[in-house]
Amino acid sequence: MTEPLLRLDGVRYRYPGATSDALQGVSLAIAPREFHAVLGPNGSGKTTLVRVALGSLTPLVGRADIDRRPASMWSRQDLAKLVGVVPQREDNLFPQRVRETVLLGRYPHLSLWGRERAEDHDAVDRALRACDAAHLADRWLWTLSGGEYQRVRVARALAQEPKLLVLDEPGMSLDLKHEMGLFELVLGLVREQGLGVLMITHDLNLAARFADSLLLLEAGRPVAAGAPNDVLTQQTVETVFSWPVAMQTVDGRPQMIPLRQPKESRA
Amino acid sequence: MKWTLLAIVAVLAVALSVVLGPAAVPLGELLRSDIVWNLRAPRALLAFLVGGSLGVAGAGLQALVRNPLADPFLLGLSGGAGLGAVIAIALHLSGPWALPIAAFIGALAALGLVYRLGLIGGASLDPRILLLGGVAIGAFAAAITTAIVSLADAAELRNAFLWLWGGLSGASWDSVLLVALYAPIPLVVLLAASRPLDLLALGEESAQYLGADVERVKRRVYLAASLLTAVAVAVSGVIGFVGLVVPHMARLTWGHRHRSLLPAAFLGGGALLAFADTLARTVVAPRELPVGVVTALIGVPVFAFLLKRWTIA
Repeated sequence: MTEPLLRLDGVRYRYPGATSDALQGVSLAIAPREFHAVLGPNGSGKTTLVRVALGSLTPLVGRADIDRRPASMWSRQDLAKLVGVVPQREDNLFPQRVRETVLLGRYPHLSLWGRERAEDHDAVDRALRACDAAHLADRWLWTLSGGEYQRVRVARALAQEPKLLVLDEPGMSLDLKHEMGLFELVLGLVREQGLGVLMITHDLNLAARFADSLLLLEAGRPVAAGAPNDVLTQQTVETVFSWPVAMQTVDGRPQMIPLRQPKESRA
Repeated sequence: MKWTLLAIVAVLAVALSVVLGPAAVPLGELLRSDIVWNLRAPRALLAFLVGGSLGVAGAGLQALVRNPLADPFLLGLSGGAGLGAVIAIALHLSGPWALPIAAFIGALAALGLVYRLGLIGGASLDPRILLLGGVAIGAFAAAITTAIVSLADAAELRNAFLWLWGGLSGASWDSVLLVALYAPIPLVVLLAASRPLDLLALGEESAQYLGADVERVKRRVYLAASLLTAVAVAVSGVIGFVGLVVPHMARLTWGHRHRSLLPAAFLGGGALLAFADTLARTVVAPRELPVGVVTALIGVPVFAFLLKRWTIA
Protein backbone atom coordinates (compact mmCIF):
# COMPACT_ATOMS: atom_id res chain seq x y z
CA MET A 1 0.00 0.00 0.00
CA THR A 2 1.49 3.29 -1.09
CA GLU A 3 1.56 6.19 1.34
CA PRO A 4 -1.32 8.56 0.46
CA LEU A 5 -0.43 11.98 -0.97
CA LEU A 6 -3.57 13.48 0.46
CA ARG A 7 -5.46 12.32 3.50
CA LEU A 8 -8.59 13.83 5.00
CA ASP A 9 -9.58 12.27 8.27
CA GLY A 10 -12.95 13.00 9.90
CA VAL A 11 -12.93 16.61 8.65
CA ARG A 12 -15.49 19.04 9.96
CA TYR A 13 -15.61 22.62 8.73
CA ARG A 14 -18.02 25.47 9.25
CA TYR A 15 -17.64 28.89 7.64
CA PRO A 16 -17.44 31.76 10.13
CA GLY A 17 -20.97 33.02 10.86
CA ALA A 18 -22.66 30.02 9.22
CA THR A 19 -25.29 28.09 11.16
CA SER A 20 -24.51 24.65 9.81
CA ASP A 21 -21.41 22.68 8.91
CA ALA A 22 -20.13 22.88 5.35
CA LEU A 23 -18.37 19.56 5.85
CA GLN A 24 -18.84 16.92 8.51
CA GLY A 25 -17.10 13.61 9.01
CA VAL A 26 -15.42 13.62 5.63
CA SER A 27 -12.53 11.25 5.04
CA LEU A 28 -10.55 10.64 1.88
CA ALA A 29 -7.14 9.22 1.04
CA ILE A 30 -5.51 9.55 -2.36
CA ALA A 31 -2.33 7.64 -3.23
CA PRO A 32 -0.28 7.87 -6.43
CA ARG A 33 -1.92 6.14 -9.43
CA GLU A 34 -5.38 6.67 -7.98
CA PHE A 35 -8.18 8.63 -9.64
CA HIS A 36 -10.73 9.90 -7.13
CA ALA A 37 -13.85 11.83 -7.99
CA VAL A 38 -15.96 13.83 -5.54
CA LEU A 39 -19.62 14.11 -6.50
CA GLY A 40 -22.66 15.80 -5.07
CA PRO A 41 -25.44 18.28 -5.77
CA ASN A 42 -24.84 22.02 -5.76
CA GLY A 43 -23.89 23.25 -2.32
CA SER A 44 -22.97 19.80 -1.02
CA GLY A 45 -19.49 20.95 0.02
CA LYS A 46 -17.37 19.85 -2.94
CA THR A 47 -15.52 23.13 -3.28
CA THR A 48 -15.11 23.46 0.49
CA LEU A 49 -13.54 20.02 0.46
CA VAL A 50 -10.96 21.19 -2.08
CA ARG A 51 -10.20 24.29 -0.03
CA VAL A 52 -9.67 22.23 3.12
CA ALA A 53 -7.63 19.63 1.25
CA LEU A 54 -5.33 22.34 -0.16
CA GLY A 55 -4.88 24.15 3.13
CA SER A 56 -6.81 27.31 2.24
CA LEU A 57 -9.20 26.43 5.09
CA THR A 58 -8.23 24.68 8.31
CA PRO A 59 -10.61 21.96 9.56
CA LEU A 60 -12.27 22.62 12.92
CA VAL A 61 -12.18 18.92 13.71
CA GLY A 62 -10.15 16.18 12.06
CA ARG A 63 -7.07 16.42 9.90
CA ALA A 64 -6.23 17.40 6.36
CA ASP A 65 -2.71 16.24 5.52
CA ILE A 66 -0.67 16.46 2.38
CA ASP A 67 2.32 14.16 2.39
CA ARG A 68 1.79 13.60 6.14
CA ARG A 69 1.95 17.30 7.00
CA PRO A 70 -1.12 19.43 7.77
CA ALA A 71 -2.12 21.10 4.49
CA SER A 72 -2.39 24.56 6.05
CA MET A 73 1.22 24.35 7.31
CA TRP A 74 2.73 24.14 3.84
CA SER A 75 4.19 27.23 2.25
CA ARG A 76 2.36 27.96 -0.99
CA GLN A 77 5.53 27.53 -2.99
CA ASP A 78 6.41 24.11 -1.54
CA LEU A 79 2.83 22.93 -1.90
CA ALA A 80 2.78 23.98 -5.56
CA LYS A 81 5.70 21.63 -6.26
CA LEU A 82 3.60 18.74 -4.99
CA VAL A 83 0.03 19.64 -6.00
CA GLY A 84 -1.12 21.10 -9.30
CA VAL A 85 -4.59 22.62 -9.41
CA VAL A 86 -6.89 23.42 -12.30
CA PRO A 87 -9.44 25.77 -10.70
CA GLN A 88 -12.97 26.03 -11.95
CA ARG A 89 -12.47 29.35 -13.66
CA GLU A 90 -9.96 32.10 -14.10
CA ASP A 91 -9.64 35.05 -16.36
CA ASN A 92 -6.53 36.39 -17.90
CA LEU A 93 -6.10 40.10 -17.28
CA PHE A 94 -3.66 40.56 -20.12
CA PRO A 95 -3.43 38.76 -23.46
CA GLN A 96 -1.01 35.87 -23.24
CA ARG A 97 0.36 33.09 -25.39
CA VAL A 98 -0.02 29.40 -24.55
CA ARG A 99 3.68 28.80 -23.87
CA GLU A 100 3.83 31.82 -21.54
CA THR A 101 0.90 30.68 -19.46
CA VAL A 102 2.26 27.12 -19.17
CA LEU A 103 5.62 28.55 -18.16
CA LEU A 104 3.87 30.15 -15.17
CA GLY A 105 3.57 26.60 -13.85
CA ARG A 106 7.34 26.65 -13.29
CA TYR A 107 7.04 29.46 -10.73
CA PRO A 108 7.41 27.24 -7.63
CA HIS A 109 10.69 25.86 -9.00
CA LEU A 110 12.31 29.23 -9.72
CA SER A 111 14.45 31.35 -7.43
CA LEU A 112 13.61 34.98 -6.77
CA TRP A 113 15.95 36.60 -9.29
CA GLY A 114 16.89 33.60 -11.43
CA ARG A 115 15.84 33.18 -15.03
CA GLU A 116 14.04 30.15 -16.39
CA ARG A 117 16.55 27.37 -17.03
CA ALA A 118 16.65 24.83 -19.86
CA GLU A 119 15.02 22.27 -17.58
CA ASP A 120 12.07 24.63 -17.07
CA HIS A 121 11.49 24.93 -20.79
CA ASP A 122 11.85 21.15 -21.10
CA ALA A 123 9.18 20.68 -18.43
CA VAL A 124 6.89 23.04 -20.36
CA ASP A 125 7.45 21.09 -23.59
CA ARG A 126 6.78 17.78 -21.83
CA ALA A 127 3.60 19.13 -20.26
CA LEU A 128 2.34 20.50 -23.59
CA ARG A 129 3.04 17.19 -25.31
CA ALA A 130 1.36 15.18 -22.55
CA CYS A 131 -1.76 17.29 -23.04
CA ASP A 132 -1.63 17.06 -26.81
CA ALA A 133 -1.20 20.82 -26.93
CA ALA A 134 2.32 21.19 -28.34
CA HIS A 135 0.93 22.53 -31.61
CA LEU A 136 -0.88 25.29 -29.69
CA ALA A 137 2.28 26.65 -28.02
CA ASP A 138 2.48 29.89 -29.97
CA ARG A 139 -1.26 30.64 -30.11
CA TRP A 140 -2.86 33.45 -28.11
CA LEU A 141 -5.03 32.12 -25.31
CA TRP A 142 -8.09 33.98 -26.50
CA THR A 143 -8.00 32.21 -29.86
CA LEU A 144 -8.39 28.76 -28.24
CA SER A 145 -11.61 26.76 -28.08
CA GLY A 146 -12.96 25.80 -24.66
CA GLY A 147 -11.53 22.29 -24.93
CA GLU A 148 -8.08 23.49 -26.03
CA TYR A 149 -8.04 26.03 -23.22
CA GLN A 150 -8.76 23.35 -20.60
CA ARG A 151 -5.95 21.19 -21.98
CA VAL A 152 -3.59 24.14 -21.73
CA ARG A 153 -4.61 24.72 -18.10
CA VAL A 154 -3.96 21.05 -17.32
CA ALA A 155 -0.57 21.44 -19.05
CA ARG A 156 0.22 24.40 -16.79
CA ALA A 157 -0.55 22.30 -13.72
CA LEU A 158 1.64 19.48 -15.14
CA ALA A 159 4.50 21.91 -15.68
CA GLN A 160 4.59 22.21 -11.89
CA GLU A 161 5.66 18.55 -11.96
CA PRO A 162 3.23 17.67 -9.19
CA LYS A 163 2.46 14.29 -7.68
CA LEU A 164 -1.19 15.16 -7.15
CA LEU A 165 -3.50 16.86 -9.64
CA VAL A 166 -6.69 18.55 -8.47
CA LEU A 167 -9.35 19.51 -11.01
CA ASP A 168 -12.50 21.45 -10.15
CA GLU A 169 -15.31 20.83 -12.66
CA PRO A 170 -12.94 20.58 -15.62
CA GLY A 171 -15.62 19.37 -18.03
CA MET A 172 -18.00 22.29 -17.55
CA SER A 173 -19.18 23.83 -20.81
CA LEU A 174 -17.22 21.38 -22.95
CA ASP A 175 -18.86 19.46 -25.76
CA LEU A 176 -18.91 15.66 -25.85
CA LYS A 177 -15.67 15.18 -27.76
CA HIS A 178 -13.66 17.60 -25.67
CA GLU A 179 -15.12 16.40 -22.39
CA MET A 180 -14.35 12.76 -23.17
CA GLY A 181 -10.92 13.80 -24.44
CA LEU A 182 -10.20 15.59 -21.19
CA PHE A 183 -11.20 12.61 -19.05
CA GLU A 184 -9.10 10.28 -21.21
CA LEU A 185 -6.18 12.67 -20.80
CA VAL A 186 -6.50 12.74 -17.02
CA LEU A 187 -6.83 8.95 -16.82
CA GLY A 188 -3.74 8.61 -19.02
CA LEU A 189 -1.77 10.82 -16.62
CA VAL A 190 -2.84 8.58 -13.74
CA ARG A 191 -1.93 5.36 -15.52
CA GLU A 192 1.22 6.46 -17.34
CA GLN A 193 2.75 9.12 -15.11
CA GLY A 194 1.50 7.75 -11.80
CA LEU A 195 -0.24 10.94 -10.67
CA GLY A 196 -2.88 10.90 -7.98
CA VAL A 197 -6.01 12.76 -9.10
CA LEU A 198 -8.77 14.47 -7.16
CA MET A 199 -11.55 15.62 -9.46
CA ILE A 200 -14.63 17.56 -8.49
CA THR A 201 -17.41 16.97 -10.97
CA HIS A 202 -21.14 17.11 -11.56
CA ASP A 203 -20.99 14.37 -14.12
CA LEU A 204 -21.87 11.11 -12.35
CA ASN A 205 -21.57 9.00 -15.48
CA LEU A 206 -18.15 10.17 -16.55
CA ALA A 207 -16.88 9.95 -12.98
CA ALA A 208 -18.16 6.37 -12.77
CA ARG A 209 -16.53 5.48 -16.09
CA PHE A 210 -13.09 6.90 -15.33
CA ALA A 211 -12.48 7.15 -11.58
CA ASP A 212 -11.21 4.36 -9.36
CA SER A 213 -13.10 5.65 -6.37
CA LEU A 214 -16.01 7.99 -5.79
CA LEU A 215 -16.99 10.10 -2.81
CA LEU A 216 -20.61 11.23 -2.83
CA LEU A 217 -21.45 14.25 -0.66
CA GLU A 218 -24.81 15.55 0.44
CA ALA A 219 -25.09 18.68 2.56
CA GLY A 220 -21.47 18.32 3.63
CA ARG A 221 -21.78 14.70 4.74
CA PRO A 222 -20.40 11.66 2.98
CA VAL A 223 -23.29 9.52 1.73
CA ALA A 224 -21.25 6.83 0.07
CA ALA A 225 -17.61 6.25 -0.81
CA GLY A 226 -15.68 3.57 -2.63
CA ALA A 227 -15.80 1.78 -5.96
CA PRO A 228 -18.27 3.21 -8.50
CA ASN A 229 -20.44 0.09 -8.42
CA ASP A 230 -20.90 0.42 -4.66
CA VAL A 231 -21.54 4.17 -4.64
CA LEU A 232 -23.81 4.74 -7.61
CA THR A 233 -26.79 2.58 -6.80
CA GLN A 234 -30.23 3.59 -7.95
CA GLN A 235 -31.42 4.21 -4.43
CA THR A 236 -28.46 6.38 -3.43
CA VAL A 237 -28.61 8.51 -6.56
CA GLU A 238 -32.37 9.03 -6.29
CA THR A 239 -32.11 10.01 -2.63
CA VAL A 240 -29.19 12.40 -2.99
CA PHE A 241 -30.33 14.11 -6.19
CA SER A 242 -34.09 13.91 -5.49
CA TRP A 243 -34.86 12.64 -8.98
CA PRO A 244 -35.88 9.21 -10.30
CA VAL A 245 -33.23 7.42 -12.36
CA ALA A 246 -32.64 4.10 -14.07
CA MET A 247 -29.27 2.40 -13.86
CA GLN A 248 -27.37 0.53 -16.57
CA THR A 249 -23.91 -0.94 -16.80
CA VAL A 250 -21.40 0.06 -19.49
CA ASP A 251 -17.86 -1.38 -19.50
CA GLY A 252 -18.62 -2.79 -16.07
CA ARG A 253 -19.32 0.67 -14.63
CA PRO A 254 -22.69 1.98 -13.45
CA GLN A 255 -24.36 4.63 -15.62
CA MET A 256 -27.44 6.52 -14.61
CA ILE A 257 -30.22 7.74 -16.86
CA PRO A 258 -32.53 10.40 -15.44
CA LEU A 259 -36.20 9.52 -15.95
CA ARG A 260 -38.96 11.86 -17.08
CA GLN A 261 -41.22 12.94 -14.29
CA PRO A 262 -44.51 14.38 -15.60
CA LYS A 263 -45.77 17.44 -13.75
CA GLU A 264 -48.85 15.84 -12.15
CA SER A 265 -46.93 13.01 -10.52
CA ARG A 266 -44.37 15.38 -8.96
CA ALA A 267 -46.84 16.91 -6.56
CA MET B 1 17.69 45.46 -29.75
CA LYS B 2 14.49 46.92 -28.34
CA TRP B 3 16.29 47.54 -25.04
CA THR B 4 19.04 49.43 -26.85
CA LEU B 5 16.45 51.51 -28.66
CA LEU B 6 14.60 52.30 -25.47
CA ALA B 7 17.84 53.23 -23.70
CA ILE B 8 18.76 55.54 -26.60
CA VAL B 9 15.31 57.17 -26.49
CA ALA B 10 15.67 57.67 -22.73
CA VAL B 11 19.13 59.23 -23.01
CA LEU B 12 17.99 61.43 -25.90
CA ALA B 13 14.92 62.62 -23.96
CA VAL B 14 17.08 63.66 -21.00
CA ALA B 15 19.74 65.20 -23.25
CA LEU B 16 17.13 67.15 -25.20
CA SER B 17 15.70 68.40 -21.94
CA VAL B 18 19.15 69.71 -20.94
CA VAL B 19 19.89 71.30 -24.30
CA LEU B 20 16.53 72.95 -24.99
CA GLY B 21 14.96 75.76 -22.99
CA PRO B 22 13.71 79.31 -23.17
CA ALA B 23 17.19 80.73 -22.59
CA ALA B 24 19.47 80.09 -25.55
CA VAL B 25 22.65 78.45 -24.33
CA PRO B 26 25.22 77.90 -27.07
CA LEU B 27 26.20 74.26 -27.36
CA GLY B 28 29.85 75.07 -26.69
CA GLU B 29 29.02 76.65 -23.34
CA LEU B 30 26.62 73.95 -22.27
CA LEU B 31 28.92 72.45 -19.65
CA ARG B 32 29.83 75.81 -18.12
CA SER B 33 26.36 77.29 -18.00
CA ASP B 34 24.73 77.89 -14.61
CA ILE B 35 21.31 77.55 -16.19
CA VAL B 36 22.19 74.09 -17.40
CA TRP B 37 23.87 72.93 -14.19
CA ASN B 38 21.53 74.41 -11.62
CA LEU B 39 18.20 74.39 -13.45
CA ARG B 40 17.98 72.17 -16.49
CA ALA B 41 20.12 69.18 -15.46
CA PRO B 42 18.44 68.54 -12.10
CA ARG B 43 15.07 69.17 -13.69
CA ALA B 44 15.69 66.69 -16.51
CA LEU B 45 16.92 64.06 -14.08
CA LEU B 46 14.01 64.63 -11.69
CA ALA B 47 11.56 64.34 -14.59
CA PHE B 48 13.20 61.08 -15.58
CA LEU B 49 13.13 59.62 -12.06
CA VAL B 50 9.54 60.70 -11.38
CA GLY B 51 8.29 59.50 -14.77
CA GLY B 52 10.04 56.17 -14.31
CA SER B 53 8.63 55.74 -10.81
CA LEU B 54 5.11 56.52 -12.01
CA GLY B 55 5.45 54.05 -14.88
CA VAL B 56 6.51 51.24 -12.56
CA ALA B 57 3.92 52.11 -9.89
CA GLY B 58 1.19 52.11 -12.55
CA ALA B 59 2.25 48.75 -13.98
CA GLY B 60 2.30 47.20 -10.52
CA LEU B 61 -1.05 48.62 -9.46
CA GLN B 62 -2.75 47.57 -12.70
CA ALA B 63 -1.77 43.97 -11.99
CA LEU B 64 -2.69 44.28 -8.31
CA VAL B 65 -6.21 45.68 -8.68
CA ARG B 66 -6.68 43.57 -11.81
CA ASN B 67 -7.81 46.58 -13.73
CA PRO B 68 -5.94 47.70 -16.83
CA LEU B 69 -7.33 51.22 -16.39
CA ALA B 70 -5.81 51.74 -12.94
CA ASP B 71 -3.55 54.75 -12.48
CA PRO B 72 -1.23 55.35 -9.52
CA PHE B 73 -3.32 58.38 -8.53
CA LEU B 74 -6.61 56.53 -8.70
CA LEU B 75 -6.07 55.11 -5.24
CA GLY B 76 -6.66 58.39 -3.42
CA LEU B 77 -3.09 59.64 -3.23
CA SER B 78 -3.64 62.73 -5.34
CA GLY B 79 -6.54 63.81 -3.12
CA GLY B 80 -4.50 63.31 0.03
CA ALA B 81 -1.47 65.09 -1.38
CA GLY B 82 -3.59 68.03 -2.55
CA LEU B 83 -5.20 68.38 0.84
CA GLY B 84 -1.79 68.32 2.53
CA ALA B 85 -0.46 70.99 0.21
CA VAL B 86 -3.46 73.28 0.64
CA ILE B 87 -3.35 72.95 4.42
CA ALA B 88 0.34 73.88 4.37
CA ILE B 89 -0.48 77.00 2.37
CA ALA B 90 -3.48 77.93 4.50
CA LEU B 91 -1.28 77.65 7.60
CA HIS B 92 1.37 79.85 5.92
CA LEU B 93 4.07 77.26 6.36
CA SER B 94 7.11 78.50 4.52
CA GLY B 95 10.36 77.12 3.25
CA PRO B 96 11.19 75.26 0.06
CA TRP B 97 10.24 71.90 1.54
CA ALA B 98 6.96 72.87 3.27
CA LEU B 99 4.78 72.00 0.29
CA PRO B 100 6.45 68.70 -0.67
CA ILE B 101 6.51 67.48 2.92
CA ALA B 102 2.87 68.43 3.52
CA ALA B 103 1.85 66.74 0.25
CA PHE B 104 3.85 63.65 1.14
CA ILE B 105 2.17 63.46 4.57
CA GLY B 106 -1.24 63.93 2.94
CA ALA B 107 -0.50 61.15 0.46
CA LEU B 108 0.66 58.85 3.25
CA ALA B 109 -2.50 59.57 5.25
CA ALA B 110 -4.66 58.69 2.24
CA LEU B 111 -2.53 55.59 1.62
CA GLY B 112 -3.04 54.46 5.22
CA LEU B 113 -6.79 55.05 5.13
CA VAL B 114 -7.25 53.27 1.82
CA TYR B 115 -5.09 50.38 3.00
CA ARG B 116 -7.16 50.09 6.17
CA LEU B 117 -10.35 50.13 4.08
CA GLY B 118 -8.90 47.43 1.86
CA LEU B 119 -8.59 45.19 4.90
CA ILE B 120 -12.17 45.82 6.00
CA GLY B 121 -13.39 42.37 4.98
CA GLY B 122 -10.90 40.60 7.25
CA ALA B 123 -7.25 39.69 7.04
CA SER B 124 -7.24 39.56 3.27
CA LEU B 125 -6.51 42.71 1.27
CA ASP B 126 -9.31 43.14 -1.23
CA PRO B 127 -8.15 44.92 -4.40
CA ARG B 128 -11.70 45.86 -5.39
CA ILE B 129 -12.19 47.66 -2.10
CA LEU B 130 -8.78 49.31 -2.52
CA LEU B 131 -10.03 50.73 -5.80
CA LEU B 132 -13.39 51.87 -4.43
CA GLY B 133 -11.83 53.13 -1.20
CA GLY B 134 -9.21 55.03 -3.17
CA VAL B 135 -11.82 56.82 -5.23
CA ALA B 136 -13.90 57.59 -2.13
CA ILE B 137 -10.99 58.86 0.00
CA GLY B 138 -9.75 60.89 -2.96
CA ALA B 139 -13.16 62.52 -3.40
CA PHE B 140 -13.46 63.19 0.32
CA ALA B 141 -10.02 64.82 0.47
CA ALA B 142 -10.86 66.88 -2.63
CA ALA B 143 -14.05 68.09 -0.95
CA ILE B 144 -12.15 69.27 2.13
CA THR B 145 -9.54 70.87 -0.12
CA THR B 146 -12.22 72.81 -1.97
CA ALA B 147 -13.82 73.86 1.32
CA ILE B 148 -10.50 75.26 2.57
CA VAL B 149 -9.85 77.03 -0.72
CA SER B 150 -13.32 78.59 -0.77
CA LEU B 151 -12.94 79.89 2.79
CA ALA B 152 -9.40 81.16 2.37
CA ASP B 153 -8.57 84.30 0.44
CA ALA B 154 -4.91 83.72 -0.10
CA ALA B 155 -3.82 84.29 -3.64
CA GLU B 156 -1.17 81.64 -3.17
CA LEU B 157 -3.87 79.04 -3.31
CA ARG B 158 -3.78 79.45 -7.06
CA ASN B 159 -0.19 78.31 -6.88
CA ALA B 160 -1.27 75.27 -4.90
CA PHE B 161 -3.68 74.34 -7.66
CA LEU B 162 -1.13 74.89 -10.36
CA TRP B 163 1.37 72.89 -8.39
CA LEU B 164 -1.15 70.10 -8.06
CA TRP B 165 -1.47 69.91 -11.83
CA GLY B 166 2.08 68.82 -11.87
CA GLY B 167 5.24 70.74 -12.41
CA LEU B 168 8.91 70.20 -12.15
CA SER B 169 9.87 73.84 -11.68
CA GLY B 170 10.78 73.13 -8.06
CA ALA B 171 13.51 70.72 -9.15
CA SER B 172 16.88 71.05 -7.48
CA TRP B 173 19.84 68.79 -6.90
CA ASP B 174 18.41 68.23 -3.41
CA SER B 175 15.14 66.86 -4.76
CA VAL B 176 16.99 64.73 -7.32
CA LEU B 177 19.13 63.29 -4.55
CA LEU B 178 16.09 62.68 -2.37
CA VAL B 179 14.24 60.74 -5.06
CA ALA B 180 17.41 58.93 -6.17
CA LEU B 181 17.92 57.67 -2.62
CA TYR B 182 14.29 56.93 -1.80
CA ALA B 183 12.87 55.43 -4.98
CA PRO B 184 15.22 52.44 -5.36
CA ILE B 185 13.77 50.78 -2.25
CA PRO B 186 10.16 50.47 -3.46
CA LEU B 187 11.44 49.87 -7.01
CA VAL B 188 13.42 46.83 -5.89
CA VAL B 189 10.46 45.57 -3.85
CA LEU B 190 8.27 45.78 -6.96
CA LEU B 191 10.89 44.15 -9.16
CA ALA B 192 11.21 41.31 -6.67
CA ALA B 193 7.45 40.80 -6.97
CA SER B 194 7.63 40.45 -10.78
CA ARG B 195 6.86 36.75 -11.01
CA PRO B 196 4.07 36.69 -8.41
CA LEU B 197 2.57 39.68 -10.25
CA ASP B 198 2.53 37.58 -13.43
CA LEU B 199 0.60 34.93 -11.52
CA LEU B 200 -1.77 37.48 -9.98
CA ALA B 201 -3.00 38.38 -13.46
CA LEU B 202 -4.69 34.94 -13.48
CA GLY B 203 -6.67 35.72 -10.34
CA GLU B 204 -5.84 35.21 -6.69
CA GLU B 205 -6.96 31.60 -6.47
CA SER B 206 -4.90 30.46 -9.45
CA ALA B 207 -1.91 32.49 -8.28
CA GLN B 208 -2.03 30.81 -4.90
CA TYR B 209 -2.19 27.33 -6.39
CA LEU B 210 0.77 28.14 -8.61
CA GLY B 211 2.80 28.89 -5.51
CA ALA B 212 2.46 32.64 -4.87
CA ASP B 213 2.01 33.93 -1.34
CA VAL B 214 -0.85 36.11 -2.53
CA GLU B 215 -1.51 38.11 0.65
CA ARG B 216 2.10 39.09 1.07
CA VAL B 217 2.46 40.02 -2.59
CA LYS B 218 -0.66 42.20 -2.55
CA ARG B 219 0.47 44.12 0.52
CA ARG B 220 4.00 44.62 -0.73
CA VAL B 221 2.92 45.75 -4.17
CA TYR B 222 0.29 48.14 -2.84
CA LEU B 223 2.61 49.71 -0.28
CA ALA B 224 5.62 49.92 -2.59
CA ALA B 225 3.66 51.37 -5.53
CA SER B 226 1.91 53.87 -3.26
CA LEU B 227 5.13 54.97 -1.55
CA LEU B 228 6.67 55.55 -4.99
CA THR B 229 3.66 57.58 -6.04
CA ALA B 230 3.74 59.55 -2.78
CA VAL B 231 7.30 60.76 -3.35
CA ALA B 232 6.48 61.55 -6.97
CA VAL B 233 3.52 63.70 -5.96
CA ALA B 234 5.59 65.37 -3.24
CA VAL B 235 8.32 66.61 -5.59
CA SER B 236 6.27 67.20 -8.73
CA GLY B 237 2.53 67.27 -8.03
CA VAL B 238 -0.04 65.11 -9.75
CA ILE B 239 1.28 64.16 -13.17
CA GLY B 240 -1.42 62.11 -14.76
CA PHE B 241 -1.39 59.54 -17.55
CA VAL B 242 2.29 58.56 -17.29
CA GLY B 243 1.40 55.78 -14.85
CA LEU B 244 -1.59 54.78 -16.94
CA VAL B 245 -0.34 54.89 -20.51
CA VAL B 246 3.32 53.94 -20.17
CA PRO B 247 2.68 50.43 -18.79
CA HIS B 248 0.34 49.72 -21.69
CA MET B 249 2.79 51.01 -24.26
CA ALA B 250 5.48 48.87 -22.63
CA ARG B 251 3.18 45.83 -22.75
CA LEU B 252 2.71 46.24 -26.50
CA THR B 253 6.42 45.66 -27.02
CA TRP B 254 7.63 43.74 -23.99
CA GLY B 255 4.58 41.60 -23.26
CA HIS B 256 2.96 41.34 -19.89
CA ARG B 257 5.78 39.64 -17.98
CA HIS B 258 6.75 41.99 -15.22
CA ARG B 259 10.40 41.00 -15.19
CA SER B 260 10.91 42.93 -18.39
CA LEU B 261 7.78 45.07 -18.24
CA LEU B 262 8.76 46.93 -15.05
CA PRO B 263 12.24 48.00 -16.25
CA ALA B 264 10.75 48.96 -19.62
CA ALA B 265 8.03 51.00 -17.89
CA PHE B 266 10.72 52.76 -15.85
CA LEU B 267 12.80 53.77 -18.86
CA GLY B 268 9.71 54.60 -20.93
CA GLY B 269 8.05 56.62 -18.17
CA GLY B 270 11.27 58.51 -17.53
CA ALA B 271 11.72 59.29 -21.22
CA LEU B 272 8.10 60.36 -21.66
CA LEU B 273 8.12 62.73 -18.70
CA ALA B 274 11.51 64.24 -19.59
CA PHE B 275 10.19 64.85 -23.10
CA ALA B 276 6.84 66.21 -21.88
CA ASP B 277 8.62 68.59 -19.51
CA THR B 278 10.79 69.88 -22.34
CA LEU B 279 7.61 70.66 -24.27
CA ALA B 280 6.00 72.24 -21.20
CA ARG B 281 8.97 74.61 -20.82
CA THR B 282 9.46 75.52 -24.46
CA VAL B 283 6.21 75.66 -26.43
CA VAL B 284 4.81 78.76 -24.71
CA ALA B 285 8.17 80.18 -23.49
CA PRO B 286 8.86 82.29 -21.56
CA ARG B 287 5.73 81.06 -19.80
CA GLU B 288 5.31 77.44 -18.83
CA LEU B 289 2.52 74.87 -19.04
CA PRO B 290 1.90 72.48 -16.14
CA VAL B 291 3.57 69.28 -17.26
CA GLY B 292 0.42 67.36 -16.28
CA VAL B 293 -1.35 69.24 -19.06
CA VAL B 294 1.22 68.07 -21.59
CA THR B 295 1.15 64.43 -20.42
CA ALA B 296 -2.64 64.50 -20.62
CA LEU B 297 -2.55 66.03 -24.11
CA ILE B 298 -0.17 63.27 -25.24
CA GLY B 299 -1.67 60.57 -23.07
CA VAL B 300 -5.37 60.86 -23.82
CA PRO B 301 -5.13 60.19 -27.58
CA VAL B 302 -2.76 57.27 -26.94
CA PHE B 303 -5.14 56.03 -24.30
CA ALA B 304 -8.11 56.23 -26.64
CA PHE B 305 -6.15 54.20 -29.17
CA LEU B 306 -5.36 51.61 -26.51
CA LEU B 307 -8.98 51.39 -25.40
CA LYS B 308 -10.00 50.65 -28.96
CA ARG B 309 -7.39 47.94 -29.19
CA TRP B 310 -8.52 46.54 -25.85
CA THR B 311 -12.12 46.16 -26.88
CA ILE B 312 -11.07 44.34 -30.06
CA ALA B 313 -8.82 41.91 -28.19
